[in-house]
Amino acid sequence: MYDLSCASVTKSFGSFTAVRDVSLDIPSGSFFSILGPSGCGKTTLMRMIAGFETPTSGDIAIKGQSVVTLPPNKRNVKMVFQHLALFPMMTVGENIAYGLRCRKEPKSEIAPKVARVLDRVGLPGSQDKRIDQLSGGQKQRIAIARCMVLEPDVLLLDEPLGALDLKLREHMKIELKQLQHQFETTFLYITHDQSEALVMSDNVAVMNAGRFEQIGPPKALYDAPASGFVAGFVGDSNVLPGRLAEVKGDEARVEVEGGGTVIGRVADASKPGDAVEVFLRPEALRIGAGGEGTSLSGTVESFLFNGASSRILVRSGAHLIEVADPEQSGAAAQGGAVSVAWTAEKARIFARRPS
Amino acid sequence: MSRDAGRLSLILLFMPFVLWIGLLIILPQLGIGYYSLREKVGFNQFEFGLKNYVDFIGEPVYRNTLLRTAWMSILVTILALIAGFPVAYYIAKIAKERSRAALFLMCLIPLWVSDLVRAYGWIVLLRETGVISTALVKMGIIGQPVEMLYNDITVVMGLVYTVILFMIVPLVSTLQGMDDALLEAGYNLGGSRLTVFRRIIVPYAMPGIVSGCIITFMLTAGSYLTPILLGGKNSSWFTEQIYNQFITRYNWESGSAFGVSLLVFTSFVVWAGLRLTGQSLATTVAKD
Repeated sequence: MYDLSCASVTKSFGSFTAVRDVSLDIPSGSFFSILGPSGCGKTTLMRMIAGFETPTSGDIAIKGQSVVTLPPNKRNVKMVFQHLALFPMMTVGENIAYGLRCRKEPKSEIAPKVARVLDRVGLPGSQDKRIDQLSGGQKQRIAIARCMVLEPDVLLLDEPLGALDLKLREHMKIELKQLQHQFETTFLYITHDQSEALVMSDNVAVMNAGRFEQIGPPKALYDAPASGFVAGFVGDSNVLPGRLAEVKGDEARVEVEGGGTVIGRVADASKPGDAVEVFLRPEALRIGAGGEGTSLSGTVESFLFNGASSRILVRSGAHLIEVADPEQSGAAAQGGAVSVAWTAEKARIFARRPS
Repeated sequence: MSRDAGRLSLILLFMPFVLWIGLLIILPQLGIGYYSLREKVGFNQFEFGLKNYVDFIGEPVYRNTLLRTAWMSILVTILALIAGFPVAYYIAKIAKERSRAALFLMCLIPLWVSDLVRAYGWIVLLRETGVISTALVKMGIIGQPVEMLYNDITVVMGLVYTVILFMIVPLVSTLQGMDDALLEAGYNLGGSRLTVFRRIIVPYAMPGIVSGCIITFMLTAGSYLTPILLGGKNSSWFTEQIYNQFITRYNWESGSAFGVSLLVFTSFVVWAGLRLTGQSLATTVAKD
């Protein structure tokens, strides 16, 4: 059974449709992310699940029970807010006990439960601290503890890492994943940061303009994107706009704008004559000679050093191409003429995205 | 900017404030305190002593008037809080951005008219031959005109009307600082409307509640026009006693003692109120 299912959920505000016919099923105990740019409707979807908005049509079910008519305080779905929304006038202990007290649990049970959940998030004995005494990461953990102490069916997380600095964000990504394992609760995480979604999730739904473009495990989204939007949004890509010239079996030939042809695989329903884009992952490219259609020649514009994700920027005509250079091998010199090559199945062709 | 120039601009900027506080608040208060300690022993002959205070405490009429003024002021404060909170909440949290300024302005408009004119406005409405009485007689709801002035209810109502803005303004500014996500988190974690109100909204608004209550209480206890005009001879408002001592009886010494007593007593009430509700100025009014 699914912990959370949405069936054809649509939400309109006046003439604007924020969420359009979205369906998803989240199996028990999994980490599910909704990934999309800001304004794609992911927050609206989450607010509908939490009960702060009512769907215009469609159904939302938690553990098989429709919750559309339930008010937010009657749903066993807890939410970690974007800015955490810890109650500043309460201590850490009172923040965590708030939900238990709302449930009218006996006082004698509240204190041990609070102590236990603080233990589990790694902040034992901080009941009497004030919220403003906590660091960003600690606040995060308290916000999660405040929800988890209520043993929710689903925990919603609304970009909770957005306010943290980069180093802490990297750390919290791993910690969140571990917490999810530890509590064995279903997490629904929404974010616009593809690396958060890829690192933590069992499944990711990529959302754009109110609809789901693709749902799948992170690896599938990365390796086999279903649309140009997914290919461009998940991971880095070099994009070469052009026109699909001909399709022969597996291989398709694209006449790239600004000259040259590229051979790749058509990954959607594009037909010859259509405006298309060719997506090339930087790590699918290498410096070296290649055959006709699977290589471009250019000059090395600059080196972008970033440890294991270092890149070489190659200018080829009007296009600037990023080539992964994990070993900083020094295979090319700045300003030197190089050839960039790939294998035809790594070049994905999708219909041109509306700009 | 050099250090000296910085110091000079600091002094210049603070000068109006220091002059105001010093010349118009501290100096007169010191003078009043000084006067209140003088005993008249003969024509233009004075000795220092507490006789004026002893007289004040020994006379039940004065004592009771002060207590009555304090109780009525507390009542006015509570009513202003009860009536003002929903208004402030609506302006700060529910109203749309655009209508917020208009609503706030509507609260301010009564202040453009002087206290005196507003009090006469009430008189025009409420007196025996006034608008309401006449209208009720014409509609046949009451048989003969009724006098609605000169009773405690009218005085309290008039005072609430006069001071409520000073309750609303601090409440609006604290409530505006409250993130809506706090309320949503309150519901999300299982709180009912009442729980969210009691455990999140009220504690969050406490700085505004405390400063609003102190301002309204002090303004009410020290008000003069409204209780006199709407309450007439029955109002027994303490400021009236001070006025009588100074102007009617020309007894500045006794009047000063009354003034000091009012200040001390109302300050005590504020202190007691803070203690009873477990608040302190440092955690509420002075909170950043």
